[in-house]
Amino acid sequence: MLEVFKGNIRRFFDRLKPTFNEGGKLSWLGSTFEAFETFAFTPNRVTKQGCHVRDAVDLKRAMITVVIALIPAMLFGMWNIGYQHYNAVASPLTSHLSILTCFWFGFLRMLPLLAVSYIVGLTIEFAFAQIRHHQVNEGFLVTGFLIPMIVPVTTPLWQLALATAFAVIIGKEAFGGTGMNFLNPALVARAFLFFAYPTRMSGDNVWIANDLWGTDAIVGATPLGELAAGLQPSASALDMFIGTIPGSTCETSTIAVALGATLLLITGIASWRIMLSVMLGGGLMGLAFNLIGANEYMDLPFYYHYLMGGFMFGAVFMATDPVTAAQTNIGKWIYGLLIGIFAVMLRVVNPAYPEGMMLSILLMNCFAPLIDHCVIARNIKMRQKRAQVKPKATTR
Amino acid sequence: MNHKKLLIEPLRKANPVTVLVLGICSCLAVTAQLKPALVMGASVTVVTALSNFIISLLRKGIPNRIRIIVQLVVVATLVILIDQFLKAFAYDVSKRLSVYVGLIITNCIIMGRLEAFALSHGPWESFLDGLGNGLGYSLILVIVAFFRELLGSGTLLGYQVIPQSFYEAGYQNNGLMILPPMALIIIGIIIWINNRKTESK
Repeated sequence: MLEVFKGNIRRFFDRLKPTFNEGGKLSWLGSTFEAFETFAFTPNRVTKQGCHVRDAVDLKRAMITVVIALIPAMLFGMWNIGYQHYNAVASPLTSHLSILTCFWFGFLRMLPLLAVSYIVGLTIEFAFAQIRHHQVNEGFLVTGFLIPMIVPVTTPLWQLALATAFAVIIGKEAFGGTGMNFLNPALVARAFLFFAYPTRMSGDNVWIANDLWGTDAIVGATPLGELAAGLQPSASALDMFIGTIPGSTCETSTIAVALGATLLLITGIASWRIMLSVMLGGGLMGLAFNLIGANEYMDLPFYYHYLMGGFMFGAVFMATDPVTAAQTNIGKWIYGLLIGIFAVMLRVVNPAYPEGMMLSILLMNCFAPLIDHCVIARNIKMRQKRAQVKPKATTR
Repeated sequence: MNHKKLLIEPLRKANPVTVLVLGICSCLAVTAQLKPALVMGASVTVVTALSNFIISLLRKGIPNRIRIIVQLVVVATLVILIDQFLKAFAYDVSKRLSVYVGLIITNCIIMGRLEAFALSHGPWESFLDGLGNGLGYSLILVIVAFFRELLGSGTLLGYQVIPQSFYEAGYQNNGLMILPPMALIIIGIIIWINNRKTESK
């Protein structure tokens, strides 16, 4: 049965192929055809020239692993959207509220965000690939999944579409497409929203969905917002660890992110050096602020910084982006440490930016090539020194 | 030399901003709204045209070693004249442009044209070259300011363009457009489109 089905699809592609090949009627859509064909079947061509790595893990596999790692956070985020909604609308929380009700509400809210992100992003990717006669590559698979996860659930769809378009065109295609971008595209989308529509992103009434379809929101401050306003967070550390707090759609749960991180570490897709050093940097900076202790925010236990906002999400999924992170091992340590340090510093010192994770990752993205350059230059110097023959003391 | 070409070429093919990448700083600073951008463009055009003309007249008498100082004296005089003129007749705009009128002195386009063109060409040709380059600069300024004001404030020249019903339907002005980085990105996009067109020719 499956074989017949497969055969039919194969014949379907084979019949269409001449139309899209060079000289065919629809040759200008060649890249699009190629993308769908390789989506359905493993390509039967092999690389004939140039050197290349033989490895089972190609770009498609690496990308899909990241998407799988994101799924726990996504599922938890959907549930949390519903939970926050019902919690705010029908307080005190009614006891009959089932997991499924919450999840279904969140699912319906999340679906349009995901759809818009993918439709807009993929359309632009296909268009660029077509104009440049490139193959369509899988770079947007993860980006499109990430973008709706790091914005508030109440973001209007047209704003999300604009941000996605901006991220793909300015953040990625302007520099030559997947693998050439120096900024993480998903974070570019978020930064665009953050600076373009600040009332939607950093206001205090943006985090909880009011009704199923509208963009109205109920006042529900995030722990970071409360701290920036000089208050103590109303949620306990345990709540923040589990993730039952208002926040961007899928960033709240430390547990769900940790599940994803485990998968990424086991498969070796993401760098443990970066994850560890980001956490170290954040922790050290938190402790340093504890020592200064000039205000209540500085006195906050350092581990709170891991639990609040998008710190863990950023450390696991954003900072480790292999394209935009530092490439050398020593460089990764420096890169990660500085991300952690800057993130906590921005949170505590600058009340205008309650969440410093996004900005500090983007900042270090810019510096990653410089860090690598310095590390490599230092290495070359050291080896040269070693290689030089020491002049022997001549005895006479 | 072809006079028409002197005037037309700096508009696109040798545009001082998009091709030579000069005078970027003021592009970022004065393009949040259309009106200051227009005034700035006009001021720079007057200064480039007249300073090119004057330096070209003096070019045979200027000792080579002090030519920069002479050029600066001429440019500074013109800029101060413009500044005083704006203060007298367009106070609001001059206030909004603040130091950027004075900073026309340091605009690389002016010095660049003086050095590269006026010192070796006749007065009439230099005048046209200065005029063309000033207009090329103004063109980019106006394009950038048009998009920044339209998308950032919903207005053009201070008049509301985007209807109120849009805002009621949930439209919001783009705050990023007001910030200087967006001017840089828009110039980048213009350069991108420009290069693509010249490449494909």
